[in-house]
Amino acid sequence: MILKSVEKTRRETLAMAAIAGLAAILAPRLSLADEQAVAAEIKKLYGDKKFESGKIKLDVPEIAENGLVVPVNVDIESPMTDADYVKSVHVFAEGNPLPAVVSYRFTPACGKASASTRMRLAETQNIVCIAEMSNGKLHMAKANVKVTIGGCGG
Amino acid sequence: MISRRDFLRATAAASALTIGSGLGPLGRAAAQQRITQADILRFDPLGTVTILYVADTHAQLMPLHFREPSVNLGVGEVKGMPPHLTDAEFRNYFKIAAGSADAFSLTADDFVALAKNYGRMGGMDRIATLIGAVRAERGDDKVLLLDGGDSWQGSWTSLQTKAQDMVDVMSALKLDAMVGHWEFTYGAERVKQIADSAPFAFLAQNIRDNEWQEPVFEARKMFERGGATIAVIGQALPRTAVANPRWMFPNWEFGIREEDIQKQVDEARAAGASIVVLLSHNGFDVDRKLAGRVKGLDVILTAHTHDAMPGLIKVGNTVLVATGSHGKFVSRLDIEVKDKKVADIRFKLMPVFSDAIKPDPAMTALVEKVRAPFARDLAREIGKTDSLLYRRGNFNGTFDDLICNAMMAERDAEIVLSPGFRWGGTLIPGDAITWEQITNATAITYPNCYRNQMTGTQIKEVLEDVADNIFHPDPYFQGGGDMVRMGGMGYAIDISKPMGSRISAMTHLKSGKPIEASKTYTVSGWASINENTQGPPIWDVVAAHVAKVSTVKIEPNTAVKVTGT
Repeated sequence: MILKSVEKTRRETLAMAAIAGLAAILAPRLSLADEQAVAAEIKKLYGDKKFESGKIKLDVPEIAENGLVVPVNVDIESPMTDADYVKSVHVFAEGNPLPAVVSYRFTPACGKASASTRMRLAETQNIVCIAEMSNGKLHMAKANVKVTIGGCGG
Repeated sequence: MISRRDFLRATAAASALTIGSGLGPLGRAAAQQRITQADILRFDPLGTVTILYVADTHAQLMPLHFREPSVNLGVGEVKGMPPHLTDAEFRNYFKIAAGSADAFSLTADDFVALAKNYGRMGGMDRIATLIGAVRAERGDDKVLLLDGGDSWQGSWTSLQTKAQDMVDVMSALKLDAMVGHWEFTYGAERVKQIADSAPFAFLAQNIRDNEWQEPVFEARKMFERGGATIAVIGQALPRTAVANPRWMFPNWEFGIREEDIQKQVDEARAAGASIVVLLSHNGFDVDRKLAGRVKGLDVILTAHTHDAMPGLIKVGNTVLVATGSHGKFVSRLDIEVKDKKVADIRFKLMPVFSDAIKPDPAMTALVEKVRAPFARDLAREIGKTDSLLYRRGNFNGTFDDLICNAMMAERDAEIVLSPGFRWGGTLIPGDAITWEQITNATAITYPNCYRNQMTGTQIKEVLEDVADNIFHPDPYFQGGGDMVRMGGMGYAIDISKPMGSRISAMTHLKSGKPIEASKTYTVSGWASINENTQGPPIWDVVAAHVAKVSTVKIEPNTAVKVTGT
C-alpha cells in the first residue's frame, strides 16, 4: 500500500527543498498525472464495461497535511445481503509509478463495505475508486488531493 | 454568492453602523478633529445578548500603527467583493469619507498624514475600557467576550513568555472562549497545558489526533447570556499543518471538516441553543463559502485574513463579522432572540483610537507588569526610518523589503525569500526602529535565517505553490497570508492562471538576466517549516542591518508585475 520511489530528479528536488526551508516534505508537481495508466489497470480488470457514478463515498483530504501518510476512507452504499452486496473495491492513484494502491474484497458477512488506509502521495493527483457490485454493476468516484510545499501561512 | 443587495439589507438592519451616511458620527467628529470615547461606544442597544469580539491581536499589548493593505486581490466569485476592496473602492462601498477617522483606520492611502492626526490604535488597556463600558451598560450576564485566535503570537514578550503574557491579559479581560492558529507554534504540549488550565475555553472542532481521530480540544461550549443559550463552535485554521511547522504538533490533524461543523450545529440546536456562533480562524473567503454550505449558523466571527469591515456580510441567514487585527477594533453585536431564534442583529465595529479612550488603570498596570522584565530590550533603539514601513499587501510591503535587504546584506545571498505574513506593526517616517518594532514583525518560534543553494526551477516551484495558496479560485484551497516576498529577484504573475503557469519573467535584478531553470543561486530566507533549520534568528539579522544603515530608506519596489486581476 505504501507507494515507493520518486523519480531521481524529484528526489533531488526533495532533498534540496528540505534544506531550502520554505519547503515541507514534498516538492510540488505541477502535475502530469498519468490518467492512462489508471485506465489501463481498470481495463485489465473490467475490460470496456461502463461505470456509473454514485454509491461510493471517497473521503480524502483536499489538501494533504503530510504527503507521506494521506488518509483515504471509502464507504460503499449497499445493503450487504446475499442478494445485493459489494464484491470488491479498488483504489488507484494517478500520479504514482504503480497506479494500483489497494484492493479490498467483501462478502455479505462483512456487514458493511467500508475501509480505510493511508497512501504516500509525492505530488498533487487524482485518486480513483471503483466498486464492483454483486449484480455486476460497476461504480466509479474520483477525488483530487493537493500536495503542497506549504509554509508562509499568514 | 453575496450580492450588494444582501449586504445592504444586512447593514440597513444594523442601524448603529457608522457607515451609510457618508459622514457618520465618527466622520463628523473627525472633521472637527475630535473623537471621543462616547462616539466610539455610542450604540442603540438591542435584545438581551451582546457579543464582543476581537481577533488577530498578534499579542499587541500597546497601541500601534497598522496600515491596512492597498493591494488585496480577490479571485473567482469574490473578485471585487469585500474584503477585496481597497482605498477609494473600499470607502465608496462602505460610504466612508476620505480623510475621516474611518478612512484612516480602514484604508491605506494617505496613511502617514492621517496617522499624525488620529494617532495610534489599539492597546489592551483601551480595549479593556471599551469592554468594561459595554459590560457596565448591558450587565455582565448579557455579555459574551470571544477571541478569534492569533492572540498569543507576534511580540517579543509573548515569544519570551511562551504566551503567558497574553494568557494573563486575556484572563483579566474575562475572556469566555478562543480558537487558535499561531498559538499552535508554541508546540502541542504548551497549548494543551494552557487550554487545560486557563479560565477561558479553548475550542477547536477540527483538530483530531491523527492516529485515533479523537478530538484534541473541546469542540463547542454552551453559554447562558441574557436568558438565551448561545452555542460557540471553535474552528482552528484548517491549514495549520501545511502553513506552519507540523513537527511542533506532529500528532494533530486539521482540515475544514464541514460535515462535523454541521453535526455540531445540529447537536447545539437539539441541546436548546437559540444562537449558534462559529468562532472561526478559517479566513474570510473560506467562511463565506462555508456559510452557504453549512445550515443553521447565525453568526460567523471570522479571523485569520485580518480583514476589518464596518458592516456585516450576509450569506443566507448567516452574518459574517470581520473585526480586523492588532487590537485596532472591537466588534459589538447585539442580538435579539424571539421564540428561541435570532430575530435581529445590530453591529458596530468599534475603532480603538488610543488617544480618545481613557486607559483602564488595572489593565495598564498588568500590561506594564508583564512587559517589565523585557522593558529595557523592547525600548532599545537600533536605528530610525525615513520611509513608511508596513507589512500588508499581496506582493510586497516596505517592512518586508527591509527584511529582504537585511538578508541580502547580512547573509550574502543573491536571492532572498521572506514569508508573506500579515502581522507586524507599521512605522511612519521619522519613527525610531526599536527592538520591539523589529520583533513585532519577526517574533516566531522558528526564526532561523537559513542560507543555501536553490535552482531556478526550485524557486519557481516555491512561488507557484505559494501563489496557488492565495489565488486558487476555490476558497477552500486558500490558506491565507500573502505572496512570499522576494529580494534580488523580480517576476511577473498572472493571478488568473492555474497553478504552474502563474509565474513568469523571473529576473535576477542585479545582473538583469533571466533566472535560469538549471542554474544554482545562493538563497537566504526564514520561517522554514522544516525541523532543525540552521542559521541566526531573523531578528538578529534585521537588527544588525538596521544598526549598520542607521537610517532606513526603502526605494519603491517595482519588481513584481501583476496581471489577471
